[in-house]
Amino acid sequence: MTSEVKKHLLDIDCYSKEEILQILNNSKIMMEILNRRVKKVPTLRGKTIVTLFYEPSTRTRISFEQAGKILNADVINIATKESSSNKGESLLNTVLTIQSIKADIIIIRHPHAGAPYFLAKNSEVPIINAGDGSHAHPTQSLLDLYTIHNNSGQIDNLNIVMVGDILYSRVARSNILGLSTLGANITLCGPNTLIPQDFLHKQHLYKNITFEHSLKKAVKNADIIMPLRIQLERQSSGHLPNLQEYSKQWCITNDIVSLAKPSVKILHPGPMNEGIEISSEVAHGSKSLIQEQVTNGVAVRMAILYSMLNAESKMELER
Amino acid sequence: MNIKPILIKNGRLIDPTQNLDSNKDILIENGLISKIGNNLIHSTAHKINAKGLIVSPGFIDLHCHLRDPGYESSETIKTGTAAAAAGGYTTICAMPNTNPPMDSKIAIKYVQEESKKNGYVNVLTIGAITKNRDGKELTPMVELAELGVVGFSDDGNPVYDANIMRQALNYSTITNTPIINHCEVLELSKGGLINEGPISTRLGVKGIPWAAESIMAYRDIQLSKLTGGKLHIAHVSTKATLDIIKDAKESGINVTCEVTPHHITLTENILLGKDKSGSEFTSLNLNSYDTNAKVKPPLRNITDVEAMINGIKNGVIDFIATDHAPHKFLSKNTTLENAEFGISNIETALSSALSLFHNSQISLDLIIEKLSSSPAKFLNTSDIGNLKKGSKADITIFDPNKIWTVNYNEFYSKGKNTPINGYKMKGKVIFTIVSGKIKFENSKIYD
Repeated sequence: MTSEVKKHLLDIDCYSKEEILQILNNSKIMMEILNRRVKKVPTLRGKTIVTLFYEPSTRTRISFEQAGKILNADVINIATKESSSNKGESLLNTVLTIQSIKADIIIIRHPHAGAPYFLAKNSEVPIINAGDGSHAHPTQSLLDLYTIHNNSGQIDNLNIVMVGDILYSRVARSNILGLSTLGANITLCGPNTLIPQDFLHKQHLYKNITFEHSLKKAVKNADIIMPLRIQLERQSSGHLPNLQEYSKQWCITNDIVSLAKPSVKILHPGPMNEGIEISSEVAHGSKSLIQEQVTNGVAVRMAILYSMLNAESKMELER
Repeated sequence: MNIKPILIKNGRLIDPTQNLDSNKDILIENGLISKIGNNLIHSTAHKINAKGLIVSPGFIDLHCHLRDPGYESSETIKTGTAAAAAGGYTTICAMPNTNPPMDSKIAIKYVQEESKKNGYVNVLTIGAITKNRDGKELTPMVELAELGVVGFSDDGNPVYDANIMRQALNYSTITNTPIINHCEVLELSKGGLINEGPISTRLGVKGIPWAAESIMAYRDIQLSKLTGGKLHIAHVSTKATLDIIKDAKESGINVTCEVTPHHITLTENILLGKDKSGSEFTSLNLNSYDTNAKVKPPLRNITDVEAMINGIKNGVIDFIATDHAPHKFLSKNTTLENAEFGISNIETALSSALSLFHNSQISLDLIIEKLSSSPAKFLNTSDIGNLKKGSKADITIFDPNKIWTVNYNEFYSKGKNTPINGYKMKGKVIFTIVSGKIKFENSKIYD
């Protein structure tokens, strides 16, 4: 089972600390390629990557496409919609079809948590999870880890504060796993209604996390602050009184940033609601690593594709 | 009747209704139990050597889904009753969430006649509480009761409107027929796939909080007190619900309840991909998100499972009912969110229950009581559910120690949706005798 699950990238929990560090290391090499004047290497020539997106996405999809193309793979993009009338029959048959056209890897985003696991169980082709419901977004987490590691030189013992919609955030879940594996101290902050009940009751299955609903207290001593995107529909489902109240209490502003360590940096997985979970000044200010995250995302995804598609052969990255 | 007599030799007879637990022979003639004793002889009878086996009153399932009429690709009366026979059940009660639903004389008659024609075991019917099971208008309950309906339920749906529930409980007292409710506060369970807690958080799926069940159970108990109606709470799954039922029973309210085999043996941890305690868990794997473990009410945590086992021991739980819910292949071979709720379990129910005997939590006679005589008591009948002379020869013979492995390909049920496929079980049905006829013997079904 372990080796079966290792064939895929379903969540960051399938990697050990050493394996994560190896990917971060490889990402550094990929970053060098990305910064070349002619950014193309033949590493994945003859490989076919299929992106299968059941949810709208711009940044993750183009990031994968760019990563694949730089490595000389052929990329096929499928954007479709989950239809409840198909009851998943199409999902099973779609993956079998993609397998039959001899795809070498399938990158899936799906609104249902666990959908990549279902695919992995039914597919010979390696699966990369590009976001499944509220469950996981491992490549986002790896790029966040790379960004933090690149900036701070370490992750061990850093104080990371995640703010906002933890309940529905796949980025938060994967980052909690990845950051705790690398030894960070994680503080979750936000309204109780957007924090899973079991976190509040300390019955959760995660390590190295604490909860603090006051943002001012939470950011004290923070090395990294990661606001999460607030979805508008949280208001109608009763999770939030209104967005104004939310931003008054939990928006990352310059005042909040000034309470953290002077070296503090800000990450955001995007897309941002500027003025709600993060102020424009912070988003575009000197402490923001948000644009770096996007560039790093390409390098990290190159490293992931490389390790999954070319694991056996020697790394050939020369021009 | 022209049935060959059967003589069951040397079995260990267990009948909780007469505190019987001893090695005796049992003779069946004309579909009835005609003699019980030592060293019985009969020259022409078909002989069954039951040495080392338990001879029990035939099991009675108060809650199963036969899907017929309307959903025959999931199950039919023929396949469902074959599965029941394989599971040691001699009488089963069909829930009315068929298409059309069993809310009218004609639908009830169809199930009754089809069962007589093609059923391997006895099928009793449960009528819908409301027309179309949509919770708005009562069905002709007196007419349906006269046809032999043994209870009313909108199972699959709760009776949502408190006033309709009140009227149903009140009206049902005319025929003294129980009202069986599936307790679920829909606003709380909406979008939920599994139990709410550390597992649902870890999997990133919406959970169903425990309170969704107990809140409605409490409402129904109050309405039973108000009306005097006979209330039965289906598939109890939380400690909170059981605590409420215990208090109600102690204050004399007319309430009973059941538990399923899965809610006494499995926890939500199975959704992580292994059935271990949460704290030892490290990472998800390809067995995570098993759609076959998606069921309503959801599999709960170990505290709830322990409460269920205690409820059996202290009598708060009246009996075990399967809630056998077969589904077709595509209904489960999809994402957890798209998959239907339900477990196909009538063929594994005894073995699951026996695991509690083998780990010394529940005695063998108590398990037999909860599978046979207690359901008979609920049905208000003394013809079945016991091994008394003159009773109907509905008998289950099982080997409590036989080791076998669950393989859904061997199920008689069309529903292959079991979360315990590949599990090693201890204890298996060897014979199922219905009205003096062998319907199941060593994995074979007989007409």
